[in-house]
Amino acid sequence: MSSFYQNRSYSPYRSFYTLLRKEIRRYLIMAPQTLLAPLITVCLYLLVFGVSLGRRISLGTEVSYLDFVIPGLILMGAINNTFANISSSLFLSKYLGNIADILVAPISAMQFLMAYTLAAMTRGLLVSALIYGVSLFFSQTPWQSPFLGFFILFLASFIFAQIGVIASLTSASFDTLSMYTNFLLLPLIYLGGLFYPVSNLPAPWSTLSKFNPLYYLIEGFRSAMLGATELSIGSAIFGATIVALILFSITYWLIKTGYKLRN
Amino acid sequence: MENTIPALEFENVVKNFGDFQAVKDLNLKVESGEIFALLGPNGAGKSTSINMIVGLNKISKGSIRVFGLDTQSESVNTRRMVGIMHQEIIAETFLPVQESLELHCGYFGMAVDRDWMNELLRRLALDPHRNKRSGQLSGGMKRRLMMAKALIHKPQLLILDEPTAGVDVDLRRIIWEFVEELNKVHGATVLLTTHYLEEAEKLCKRIAILDHGELIVLDETKKLLSDQKSKNLEEVFLKLTQSTEVQV
Repeated sequence: MSSFYQNRSYSPYRSFYTLLRKEIRRYLIMAPQTLLAPLITVCLYLLVFGVSLGRRISLGTEVSYLDFVIPGLILMGAINNTFANISSSLFLSKYLGNIADILVAPISAMQFLMAYTLAAMTRGLLVSALIYGVSLFFSQTPWQSPFLGFFILFLASFIFAQIGVIASLTSASFDTLSMYTNFLLLPLIYLGGLFYPVSNLPAPWSTLSKFNPLYYLIEGFRSAMLGATELSIGSAIFGATIVALILFSITYWLIKTGYKLRN
Repeated sequence: MENTIPALEFENVVKNFGDFQAVKDLNLKVESGEIFALLGPNGAGKSTSINMIVGLNKISKGSIRVFGLDTQSESVNTRRMVGIMHQEIIAETFLPVQESLELHCGYFGMAVDRDWMNELLRRLALDPHRNKRSGQLSGGMKRRLMMAKALIHKPQLLILDEPTAGVDVDLRRIIWEFVEELNKVHGATVLLTTHYLEEAEKLCKRIAILDHGELIVLDETKKLLSDQKSKNLEEVFLKLTQSTEVQV
């Protein structure tokens, strides 16, 4: 073999880091849309629901409505942006055809999935950190269990990254992709107890809400921030971990078999 | 020592898209170090066959080997050895040219060889555009970038799927001169498809013609011309593909 070909240093990890770096660079280049826009949205939520309306709402506990809603907004920032990042990036790559550059490279299914997942999670977690920073201007309630809170945030981002992968792979058009947002993501968020305690809902809505996986994440995260809530933090983490593992198995299988990617 | 393992080997390869058979029992060998043309009319199965080598299309039946390694069971190892320039223009529009090349090299797990990257940028006249975003390049420049991307990780098997489609005379000359040099100097194996038959005739010692997914001829270019008593490859091509048309 010619020395031209032998003079190459190969590392399988470089493929993974390169894809991860590219995905992070993609959303950083568009920071006004990808980081600033969601932050402004959440600031408006804080002003309207937290400061303006929140003063007139009583939850019947010592916790103010503003403190109640902040954990939900932080979690919403993480999951919305993780989902948006991975679904739009993968879908656009498929749509524009430049996914071929990645599919012809020696990148394993696991590397592919983890690079897209971690990049999307960094955006979700970055946005949630920014929201937390802004929320400190409104309330300085200290976190009860910061480590557990971060772990739930991490799990939530991971779960919605997998949902984003499924959405982008199964969508044939932008309209189908937006259906995932309108018919899945928004109902899950708004019916998961983000703006109200689920126990306040009448039957059967309070029972039905308990089938919403986001309910466990929101309650778990709220529990980590504020202390005791409707649900124990252990149940929230257990439930979320099971959901994460099931979704990850599905997305790994989809990528491994090249579902709607190869052919 | 001469490398005796074929660079590329199709063994009874079939590709079905639902009920439609795009590639029918294809058997083909491309020897290491040769420039080989896979020709055929539109829809003959050329791009489908190429896409099966790099895993963009799944193989329905049979197997493909790259330098002796199975592309399905050893996909990571075979893809490392292959560089492909797609027929369609593909580019990360938000990235500058140089960064696109570095990125592409990284996808293949390779550290960037700066000298080689500069050589590619110079040879393909991309040097003045290295800091421009890919989206700002003209169609011809994007094609040059795609060629550079196909070569940045120094592939032993270079696949060019209609690299000169819609490009001007100057770029066609640049591309073929560079391909010949890579083959002669570095021993790169080249598999190409083109509708410019005079280019294939000039460059390739052997050619294969596919039609309706079937291999209708595989021979040395000179022998084919003499066997078919034809002046040029275009005549051979028309004779063979039109006779298939009649049979169908």
